[in-house]
This record gives sequence, C-alpha cells and structure tokens, in this order.
Amino acid sequence: MDDDRIKNKPVSEGRRRFLIGSAHTGAAALLLGGGGGVATAKAGTASTSEQVQPDIRATIPTELNVNGMSHRADLDSRMTLLDALREKFGLTGAKKGCDHGQCGACTVLIDGRRELSCLTLSVAAQGREVVTIEGLAENDGRLHPMQQAFIDHDALQCGYCTPGQILSAVSCVREGHAGSSEEIREYMSGNICRCAAYTNIVAAVAQVSQQMGE
Amino acid sequence: MQPFHYSRPSSLGDALMQWQGSVANSSDTTSAAFLAGGTTLVDLMKLEVIQPQRIIDLRALSATYEAIRVDDSSLRLGAFAKMADVAGHRDVLNNFPVIAQSLSLAASAQLRNMATLGGNVLQKTRCAYYRDPSWEACNKRAPGSGCAALEGANRQHAILGTSEHCIATYHGDFGQALIALDASVVLSGPNGVRAIPFASLHRQPANTPHTETNLQLGEIITEFIVPILPWARRSLYLKIRDRQSYEFAVASAAVAMELEGGIVRDVRIALGGVATAPWRAREAEDRLRGHTIDEARAAEAAHIAFVNAVPQSHNAFKVPLGQSTLVRALLDVASMEVSNG
Ligand SMILES: Cc1cc2nc3c(=O)[nH]c(=O)nc-3n(C[C@H](O)[C@H](O)[C@H](O)COP(=O)(O)OP(=O)(O)OC[C@H]3O[C@@H](n4cnc5c(N)ncnc54)[C@H](O)[C@@H]3O)c2cc1C
Ligand code: SF4
Ligand code: FES
Ligand code: FES
Repeated sequence: MDDDRIKNKPVSEGRRRFLIGSAHTGAAALLLGGGGGVATAKAGTASTSEQVQPDIRATIPTELNVNGMSHRADLDSRMTLLDALREKFGLTGAKKGCDHGQCGACTVLIDGRRELSCLTLSVAAQGREVVTIEGLAENDGRLHPMQQAFIDHDALQCGYCTPGQILSAVSCVREGHAGSSEEIREYMSGNICRCAAYTNIVAAVAQVSQQMGE
Repeated sequence: MQPFHYSRPSSLGDALMQWQGSVANSSDTTSAAFLAGGTTLVDLMKLEVIQPQRIIDLRALSATYEAIRVDDSSLRLGAFAKMADVAGHRDVLNNFPVIAQSLSLAASAQLRNMATLGGNVLQKTRCAYYRDPSWEACNKRAPGSGCAALEGANRQHAILGTSEHCIATYHGDFGQALIALDASVVLSGPNGVRAIPFASLHRQPANTPHTETNLQLGEIITEFIVPILPWARRSLYLKIRDRQSYEFAVASAAVAMELEGGIVRDVRIALGGVATAPWRAREAEDRLRGHTIDEARAAEAAHIAFVNAVPQSHNAFKVPLGQSTLVRALLDVASMEVSNG
C-alpha cells in the first residue's frame, strides 16, 4: 500500500534532475526506435537487463516544432503536448478544458490538421509540425481572417474556448465543411463553448468561408 | 498517469519484437500497450484505468498501413488510416456508404483526424464505472470484483449479449458497418499473419468480461478487407443519440441489402449502442429474405432482433428505441436510390 502510494507520486523536479545524468542515453535510445528500443534493452540476460533498463521516471530529451520554431526540453514521458505547450514553452493559448478529448479547448493544428493536444503525448508529437493560436497571425502582426471574423462577429464572450474554436474553424473551412450553417455546426461540434457564443461563431466561420470562396 | 517507457519502433517486425521483449519478463500481459491515435489509450491512462509500463508507438506503421485501395473484388483499408480520411474517401462514400456514415457520425472532427481504424474497433467501453477506478466493482477493470452497473445507473448499458458479470455497451460505430459488409480483419502477431472474419473479433462478456477480443497476445491489426458484394452500395448507418452531434449511440443500426424487383435477396443487419459487442441480428435477416419490405415486415424483423433482450432498471427504453431504429433503417435502405454504374 505504502509502496503504491510512493509509486503514484508525481516525479518531483528535484528527482528528475537527479535522474537526468544517469538515464539520458538509455531514454534516447528508446526514442530512436530502430535498432535501439525495448527489444535491444531486453536482449541482455536477466541479470544485466536491470542495468540496461533506463529508469522509468527518467525524463526524455524532447524536441518539438511549434509555430515554425524548435523547442527543446527534458520531458516526462507522461507529459501531454498541451501541458508541454503551456507549462514548458509558455504558449498558453491552447486551453485545458476537460483534458479528456471532450471539449476541443486544446485544439491545435498538427501537420496542418486539427487535433487535440490533451490526448497527444509530447514525445509522440516529435517530428510533427504544431501550430497554436500564437502562430496563426502573420509575422507583421496582421490577424488571420478567422481571428478578425471572430472579432467582427463578436464570436467570443469569456474567450476561453476561442483559441480552440478559431483553429478548428480554420480547419473546418480548409476541409471544405463550411458550406452551410448546418454543416458548420456539425463540423464545429467538437468545440464546446460554455458561454454559448455559437450563433456568432457560425456567422464568423460562414463569412471566412465565403471570403475564401468555399 | 503512471510513468511508462516510450518507444517508437520503425517497422511491424520491430514492433512485434519490442512487444515480446517487454512482456517476456512480466507475468502481467497488460504491462505493454500499442499506441495508435491515442484517443482511447491516453484518455484511459490519465484516468489510471489502464496502466501500461511500456508504450509502443506504432506511428511508423502508418506509412505502410494507411492506404485505402479498391481492386476487383474488395476494398482494403489500412488499419492505421485515420477515420476522417476513410470517411471522406470518394470510393468509400460512393460504394460503401455505411462505412463512410458510421465513421463521419462518430466522435468529432479533431478526434477523427487522430483516431485510426484499428484503434477504433478496439476502443474500450464508456461504462462510467469502468472509467472511474474509485468504483471498486468492475469485472472488466478488476476481474472478479463484481459489476457496479447492475445495481447502478445503467441507462446507457447493453440489453443484448449481456451476462451477470458485465452489461457494458460496445460504443464504437465502425464495427457495425464492418459486420454489415461481411468484412474480415488481418492480424500480424508473434505467430505470424492471419485473417479472421471481423464478426469473430469481439467477444461477449460471459464470465470473462476483461477479455474483450479474440486477438492473441501482441497481435497488431494491419488491415480490413471489405468484399465487394451486391449489397455494399445499398447500405446505411442510422445512429440515434441523446444530442444531435458528437455523442455515442444510444441505439444504431447498420444495414446492407440486396434487392431484386423489390424482393430482398440478401441482407445484413448489425446493431450498435444496445449490445456488448458489434451485434449481428441473424434471425431478423432470415425473416426478411425473399420478401418485400414494408413497415409491417420491418417491424416484425425488428421485433425478432430484440426478442432476447435483457433490460436493466434504467434501460428498458432501448428495446422499443432499438426496434424503431432498425425499422427506420430498413425502410430507408429499401428506398435508397442506387445506381449500377
Ligand atoms: C470524446 C470522445 C467521443 C467519441 N465518440 C465516438 C463515437 O461517437 N463513435 C465511435 O466509434 N468512437 C468514438 N470515440 C472513440 C474514438 O473513435 C476512439 O478513441 C478511436 O477510434 C481510437 O483510435 P486510436 O487510433 O486513437 O486508438 P488508441 O487510443 O491509440 O488505441 C486504442 C486501443 O487499441 C489498441 N490498438 C490501436 N491500434 C491497434 C492496432 N492496429 N493493432 C492492435 N491494437 C491496436 C491500443 O493498444 C489500445 O488498446 C470517441 C472518443 C472520445 C474521446
Ligand atoms: S458493466 Fe462491465 S464495464 Fe461496467 S461496471 Fe459492470 S463489469 Fe464493469
Ligand atoms: S482539453 Fe482537450 S478536448 Fe478538452
Ligand atoms: S466564449 Fe466563453 S467558453 Fe466560449
């Protein structure tokens, strides 16, 4: 029971730092797959495998491509992309609503398509291109047409769901699913707004869809 | 979430080797898990319903196993194809409507961009007692512990294929479409490659609710094969739910039918939302073969489909609802306009 409780504790930053020196090489091999990885680690005899196995709590040196920039950090294997964005990289645009894939607040673009960052492990997002709301505007600060349309149509109240709504809306138009307000509602249904700004969101999406000639 | 080792094998063989390596020293065969889109697995790991010590990320297999191909005799769907891509594929939309509909009516656009076909058919039940480990009794999560749903809130639970040990509904949609089209599934495992009818992949709970499929340990689904049969084009998926979008089925029906001069030559019916596994309603099909479809005949078949239903305290409404769902699906499929081109 006590053992269990200890196991359940999150890894403290202090312990992480202690582990980094000893375990990096092993964890990196695991990540690279191919020749490395579990099979190799286990290939030794039972008596040596103890030493070959990296600590299960070791952090993993992780490189993520977010908004065209490379971000590096040593991350716990459990850390979701959403938590890495918010807590490690200071990109707090993506919001944590339900943390279980049910509300759409954490929606980001990955390799150009909308996905949920709360159900994506950051180690698994390596090698993919992530775009968050912070990366949507032009470099000169000009807003993306969808951002402007949300302002024009007053499509936000508290604004909490808005980053996810906007990225989802951009995709909805790109996917060619913004043909009618029924279609917009259906294809935006993965994004929940507790303020119920829905009517104005639909109007904003419809406007951008027309601008883009969809 | 419990800590875990993460690895990303570069090929199918590598993945199988890593899986074998990681469970070899462990008596616990759940100590390793494959990761596809992660939309079921990561969710349940956060809830600590599933606590693997190793995650074997199968993303590298996408390149090989995400193709959607049609040849003379079959439609082949790679198990790592994303739900969204299959739902929007022209050949699937035109020639296998029940597949496109079952996928596009499932989950949300974001989830469909992430989730794979293989992961979809292996998704876990949404039984609230299963998903919340603070409930001690759940035979699926903790074999032998009992079933909290039997005496609990069981409005969403199953009425077909249940046992005294588990009444959890199978929540997926795509599985019903595969059954209606007589699909098979290709599996690669430590003992080689085999193909089995999709209908025999899932198991009813009986007295081992924690064993949900007939997959052998370490087997990976690589492909679904859907034969091009005369009833594939006249097919549809009807999904009834508590809200209009982004919700699991309370009752659903996948129907595929071959009509000749208004007479049913052949028909396949699969029910969802009401059963413990993707559910084929054979007796109802038998009642329809050789007959014309009208409301009375459809109602008779629907009655037969639910004769063995075992309702619980809160879900008796699923009997009439499931029947009406099937009646509507049968009438709709019979009146579909299907071109021969
Ligand atoms: C909010 C929400 C709503 C949803 N609504 C619906 C709905 O209405 N209808 C519906 O059908 N689904 C619905 N889903 C479920 C969703 O479709 C599934 O989670 C998804 O399809 C699983 O696919 P995945 O690739 O993410 O699988 P993962 O989560 O990666 O894996 C699921 C399981 O399958 C195993 N696995 C995955 N791929 C393979 C393979 N190729 N071979 C062997 N084992 C494998 C994994 O080890 C794991 O046990 C919903 C999910 C959420 C979170
Ligand atoms: S219905 Fe099945 S999954 Fe739900 S609590 Fe009972 S045993 Fe567990
Ligand atoms: S926080 Fe990701 S869907 Fe709710
Ligand atoms: S604007 Fe408040 S949650 Fe949507």
